[in-house]
This record gives sequence, structure tokens and C-alpha cells, in this order.
Amino acid sequence: MIVKFKLNGKEIVKDVPVYKRALDFLRDDLGILSVKEGCGEGECGACTILVDGKNVHSCLMLAVELDGKEVITVEGLEDKIIQNAYVEAGAIQCGFCTPGFIISTKALLEQNKNPSSEEIKEALEGNLCRCTGYLKIEDAVKLAAKMYNKGSDER
Amino acid sequence: MKEVTRKIPKKDALGLLLGKPVYTDDLAPKNSLIVKLLRSPHAFAKIKNIDISEASKIEGVECILTYKDVPRNPITRAGQGYPEPSPHDWYILDEYVRYVGDEVAIVAGKDEKCVNEALKKIKVEYEIFEPVLDFEKAEGHPSIIHPEKETHPMFEIGFDAQKNIAASYEMEIGSVEEELKKCDVVISERFYTQAQAHVAFEPHTAASYIDMHGRLIIISSTQVPFHVRRIIAEAFDIPIKNIRVIKPRIGGGFGGKQAVHGEPFVAAVTLKTGKPAKIVYTRQEVFEATYSRHPMRYDITLGASKDGKLKVIDMKGLSDTGAYGEHALTTFMVAGSKTLPLYNKVDAVRFSGKVVYTNKVPAGAYRGYGAIQGNFALESAIDMLAEKLGMDPIEFRKKNMIREGETSPIFKIMGEGREGVDMIVRSCKLNECVEEGMKLINWKEKFPRKKISETKYRGVGMAIAMQGSGIANIDMGAAVLKLNDDGSFNLLIGATDLGTGSDTILAQIAAEVLNVPTEDIIVYSSDTDLTPFDVGAYASSTTYVSGNAVKRAAEKMRKLIIKEGALKLGLDESNVDFDGKYIYEKNGSKKVSLKELATVLLYTENQKQLIADASYVGEESPPPFMAGFAEVEVDIETGKVKLINYIAVVDCGVTINPNLARIQVEGGLVQGIGMALFEDVKYSPNGKLLTNNLMHYKIPSRADIGNIIVKFVESYEPTGPFGAKSVAEIGIDTPPAAIANAIYNAVGVRIKTLPITPEKVLMSLNNK
Ligand code: FES
Ligand code: FES
Repeated sequence: MIVKFKLNGKEIVKDVPVYKRALDFLRDDLGILSVKEGCGEGECGACTILVDGKNVHSCLMLAVELDGKEVITVEGLEDKIIQNAYVEAGAIQCGFCTPGFIISTKALLEQNKNPSSEEIKEALEGNLCRCTGYLKIEDAVKLAAKMYNKGSDER
Repeated sequence: MKEVTRKIPKKDALGLLLGKPVYTDDLAPKNSLIVKLLRSPHAFAKIKNIDISEASKIEGVECILTYKDVPRNPITRAGQGYPEPSPHDWYILDEYVRYVGDEVAIVAGKDEKCVNEALKKIKVEYEIFEPVLDFEKAEGHPSIIHPEKETHPMFEIGFDAQKNIAASYEMEIGSVEEELKKCDVVISERFYTQAQAHVAFEPHTAASYIDMHGRLIIISSTQVPFHVRRIIAEAFDIPIKNIRVIKPRIGGGFGGKQAVHGEPFVAAVTLKTGKPAKIVYTRQEVFEATYSRHPMRYDITLGASKDGKLKVIDMKGLSDTGAYGEHALTTFMVAGSKTLPLYNKVDAVRFSGKVVYTNKVPAGAYRGYGAIQGNFALESAIDMLAEKLGMDPIEFRKKNMIREGETSPIFKIMGEGREGVDMIVRSCKLNECVEEGMKLINWKEKFPRKKISETKYRGVGMAIAMQGSGIANIDMGAAVLKLNDDGSFNLLIGATDLGTGSDTILAQIAAEVLNVPTEDIIVYSSDTDLTPFDVGAYASSTTYVSGNAVKRAAEKMRKLIIKEGALKLGLDESNVDFDGKYIYEKNGSKKVSLKELATVLLYTENQKQLIADASYVGEESPPPFMAGFAEVEVDIETGKVKLINYIAVVDCGVTINPNLARIQVEGGLVQGIGMALFEDVKYSPNGKLLTNNLMHYKIPSRADIGNIIVKFVESYEPTGPFGAKSVAEIGIDTPPAAIANAIYNAVGVRIKTLPITPEKVLMSLNNK
């Protein structure tokens, strides 16, 4: 089936088998390597992408469901504010889960400019990490919020 | 210190976040054959007949290999010092299958679809045997899991395949029986720990291809590239020189990748077809068919005099290694060697027991490596003894625990799989860790419990722990430094960064010695062709062992720079020094910049490449120490335990990079908390792992862990690089015992079997 959608700002038109998962389509056919398979069952969040502004698990989605949607992955975040916040906060260990966390952070900060610890916990509930212990990830989200807010003050 | 103790971000941090090709699957050749494995549905069986004719016909299938098609050399998958203390009891493929998930056939094809289809079409007839599923009944069970005659240990490890015993061990100092008679108070208790799963986020992945010289190249998410090279050579009877193993970035290991897993299967396909091949384990395969933690049972007897002196420790253990004896003896011994020295003033101590085979998921290395199992048992028992004595558990520990400048006979007697080394504990701030933790959790105020409501009680509990820093006299790491024309350096190390940040830490150590910014050290690690040898990332060895190698190499490089600089300046070496930027005359004005010297050395004068190397083997394994404090809230109606606070105070020597040290401890704590409270392992009656996905096997999410505070009490380890010890494992050790103790203090029930689920708590409350 032909799917037509916007990936990181670029129009994509591609033929894709109906059984193919969005995760495999993005990784194998479109070279989007930030999207990772941690479990393949919607439990870990390593495959999180933004679809029309919502963070979703691409392992539970079929490629054909992307039709007509606007998809953003880490490769397509225009500014590197969230990434830099994660680096700065030291919120990274192996990094395998991190693109998923960054996407969920993006989805959160789009909705909520100043999330509390509770709100961060809730927003990141669908993302697991086995390395970091989560504390620095929370710091990173707060730091990213601060960096965004500072940016908009200056503007 | 300028570079050491700096909180710089991991060198690879940004690269990891931009979606660059960095992990094995990203780097596998694009035209790789997809490799998948047919796995056994039976816990114990012999393959009577295997028919691949239908499957081979499927369009796109390139090759199907069974045990008849691969060499049958007994090896161990465990990546350890050589000869390994693990029995050689594993075959690339075998006619026996020994657990549900054991490999039966290798299928390779052009895409997943055809390979999956082929898997379904392979017809296997099995002769099914009665499996051994209960490790307490394994010894002497009528089913012998390793009846084959080729299986053998590499040296004496108490191996007895006929009785399903992979290893056994016994030691005694003083006379436990005699001393127990002299004790005023004695307790005897039994504890169990479960087969925790590692759940490294990147599933086990390996790729292979043949290069232009006909050599086998393996890219793998492994902790032990040099061991992989050796083991693959042995398994396939090919010379080591014809194999190259590359470890790119890897998505976590925790011990689960301290072995070969997918490598032999892609290698078999590539060797057979000449084509590139890759295997990416599914999460279910990782659960069912890689490694787990060795479940253990401990019978502990402690004896003390009524004034609170601990006099006797007796630990009798039984460990379940699953279908293969990987890390069997060593994890078992570590349960004693990394707990017993905590109480070094006893009159008699004994540690004994067996490691048995069962028809279950093989157990292997896992962060803590036995120490967490032993710690849960010992530190729970210590609280029980203190209570019986009517003493505060902290007072009791303070009275009996190890202090700086002391030693323990255990260090010499118990190594890993063999004798250990004598050592004085030169750095130990355990006492300060305990004091600081008491303050942070507000022990005096909160111990033992507070009633929150009619149904909720809060309690505090604690435990102390130790680990090691590498394996003394066995583990070796090497480093090479090379000067470039702009004055930067390449640091080549065999050490394996699992995501921990060790590349960064090792660069910081080199930078400190050379007095240059860490940014000027370009690190390349873990490639058996291009980097020097290193045993790999395990046993908390990288900072200490590889770090010492890097420090020595950097010191040599510094000397070389001074020597060549002096020559350039026309001065005697003794009149010259190097400050990181300039080689200069000590009492004069002559100087040359490092950059200029480096350039002329390569291009114009006295031409040569400056290169320095060093190797390091630890003569000791200085233990990091910690005290962990838990505050829990127990709901007596539901049995639910909520972790409110966890305080960890750690002595890991000087922290080379405080940020990275902290996140290591935090991550370790959360895995320990998972083992204590959530990570339950269940099997079906016929031996299939039921907790084989993240829905049924619950690892902690942010919401599960409450408030965590990590603090470092700094000590200085004179044998470590810039005073450092290890930090990778210590964080995981205390949560099970500290949480169990806190629950007891809150509601008076003592849970002795991990994990501590609401059902167990509720049942104990009802039986009270
Ligand atoms: S891979 Fe999609 S949630 Fe884990
Ligand atoms: S950093 Fe490794 S899983 Fe999160």
C-alpha cells in the first residue's frame, strides 16, 4: 500500500507492505535509527515517536497507519535543546532508551511549559530505562523546560 | 586535580542522542542475512530426528544448520579469565536440548518473513526426558542434564556431572561447631533469591562478515570482545588471527553480555555461506534464552556473645546455574567473598555449598555477581540477630564491621574460582557511610516505625555492603597512547564501555597525567584488531584495572614528550618539564609547544611516532563500600510496600567523574530495588519461563522508586588511579536486605524469599 506522510518536515510517499510495523518501516526503509526496539510490545518506550504531536509506540503501529500523519523523531527536532539538556544533566548511560525519552519530553513540554516532578513522572510513565535510575532524566526535563523558557523570554 | 573529579558529560552522549548509527544493528552490513534460531519447546529432550527439507525450499532461505552441520567442541560461553572456572559444557548446537529455549537449528534467509516461515516448517522429533526443575532436588536426580562425555571442567571446581553438580566449594576458618557452643545467642535462618533478568535495553545483537582477507569479522554488543574472539576460535577450530571482534556502542550489559550469545550463530552462517549475517534477539528470547541471575538459597547461622560481639558466621548455599554452568562457581564464591569480610572479627567462619544444574534458563554473570544474593541473606540475618540480642542493628554493625587498615582472612582464601590474595583494606569509610546515612534518613527519629494511619505503617531498615575492584592477579587491561601532530592523543583501550561512561573516565585519567584537556584525548576502544588486550567490562574492573593501565601509559608518554622536547631544545632531560602545553626549560626561557614538537617529530626533525603502552594486573581488589537505608510504607490491608526514601552513602574512593559515578549508583540501586520488590520470575509446570516479557516481568519505572539520595563519602585508595576504586556494582547490593529489614521494622513480618511481593507480605501478616 502507498503511504503518504510527513516525516521530520519532509513529504514521504512510499509503498509499504500492510503487515509492516511503523518501527521497522522507519528504521529499515527510511533509515531513522533513533527509533529503537526494546521490547516490541508497547512496554518500554524505546520506539517512541511523535505522531501529530502525540508520543506513541511505533512498535504497536503499522506503517500504513502513518498515512496522512505528521511524524517527528529525534532526527527532526529543529533545535537541540532537549538533547543538550539530557547531555548537560548527565541523564544518559547506554543511550538506548534516550531517544524515546526525548520524544516524550518534547510531547510534554509542548503541552506544559513548567511541569512539576509529578507531571514529569506521569508523562514519562511509558518510557523505561534500566541504566540511569531516572533521577537525572527528571533533572534533564526540568533543565530543558528552563532552557526553552529562557529562549522565549529572550525573544 | 584538573581533569579527574570533573563532572564532564560522557564523550559519546550527544552522538547517542542524534540517532547516529552506533549500535550493532545500526552497523550490521545492509545486505546481512537475517538469522533466527529454532528453539526447544521442551525443558529436556534429545533430538531423534530433524527434517529441514520443507523449510529449505522456502524462497529466500539461504541456509539451515543443525547440530550435524557445526563443529562440536565443548566450550563455555562465559567470558572470564582463561582457563575459565566454568565447565566446558556448551556446544554451538547439540543433539540434547536442556531448557525451553535451547537452540535447535540456525536459519538464515533474505528477510524475516521467509526465515520465520522456515522456522515453522522444520520438523523435529524429540525424545522427551523428565526435566529437573526444582534446584533443591537437582543433586542426584535421576535425570542427568549433562550425560555427554566431552563436557569437562578446566580445573578442579568440584564438578560432578553425574550428580548434576556444576561446582562445589567449602572453606572454614576456625571451628564453627566449637565456637557456636560458646555463643550466647544463635540464630539459623534460610533465605532465597530469584533469577533476576538483566533487561539491558539493547537486546543481544551480533553481526558477522568476511573481509577482503578472508577473515571473520564480528560486530557484537558484548562486554568481552577479546573473550569472544578466543571462544569463537575454540568453538569453530579457527585461528584467533582470522577473527576480529568489534564492540560498537552497546545498550547496557549488567553482566548479561559477559558471554557469547548470538556470535556463534551468525559466525556459523557467515562461515558456511560467505555472506554477512546478523541476529537481533527478540525481548522474549533475551528473557528465555540468554542469562539470568543465579537463584540461590542460603542457610545462615550466626552466633554472638550477649555483649553484641559477632563470633560465628556459617553460610551454607545452594545455587541454581540452569542448563549450563556459566559463572557457576565464581558467582557462588563471590556470595561469600564479597560479604563475609564485612564482619572480619569473627572467631569462626564457614562458607560451603553446591551449584547445581537444572533444566532452566542458564544463569550467568549479573551485576553484584553473587554478592547481592549473599548480602540479602547475611544482612537480613544480622538484623534478626541484633533483635534477638536486643541491640540496635546499627550499633551491632558498627561494633562488628570492618574498618580502614584492617584485613580479613577471607581475602586470601576466597578468590574467584580459586585462591584470592591477601590484602589490607587501605581505604574504608564504611563507618562514615553509616553515620551519614543515619543522619540523612533521620534514623533516630524514625527507627523502627511510625504509624501513618490505621492501615499504614512506615519503617526504616538498613544494610551494608562491599564489592571488589577487578579480579586480583587475573584480570589484565592494557592501554596505548599515540601523539598526533596537533598535540592531541589517541587513547586505544581494550576496555569495554557498556554505556557506563568508561571511555570518558579513562580519557580523564590520561588527561590528568598529561595535564591536557580531556577533549584532547580521542578514545577508541574494544576492537580486537586495533586496541590492546583487556579482559573486558566485568567485576567492577574498568576504572581500577584499565584505569591504572591508562595512567601508566600516560606517565610513559609524559616521559617520552620530555625526552624528545629536551632533545629539540638542546637541553638535558633533567632541566626540562612539560606542563601540558609547553616543554620548557626549568630555570630558563627556552620552550617548545607540544603541538610544534609533535609536528616536527612527524615531519621534519628526529622523526618518529611517539607511542606509549602499559598493562596492568591488580595485585589487590580494593572493595568499595556502602550503607543503604530504606524507608518503606506498608499497607497492612493489601500487603503493598511503597518505597518512600532510599539513601545510599558510598565509598568508592575518589570519584574520577562524580556525575558518572552517581548515575552508576542510582542505576544500580533501582535494579536492586527491582529485585527486592518487583521482579518476580515464574515458570510453567513443564519448565517454560512465563515472565518472559516486560508486561509480566516488571522492572521499576520512575513511579516505583520513591525518593533516592546518593552521597559519596570520599576515601583515597592508594593503589587506585588517583585514589579511585570501582563503583559499577556496589549500588545494587543493599536494597534487598535494607528493604526487607525496613518492612520488618514497619510491620513485624520477615520476608526471606525475594521478591517481596504484596502477596507474601499479606500472607505473613495473616500468619502472624
Ligand atoms: S519497542 Fe515499542 S514499547 Fe518497547
Ligand atoms: S540509558 Fe540505558 S536504558 Fe536508559
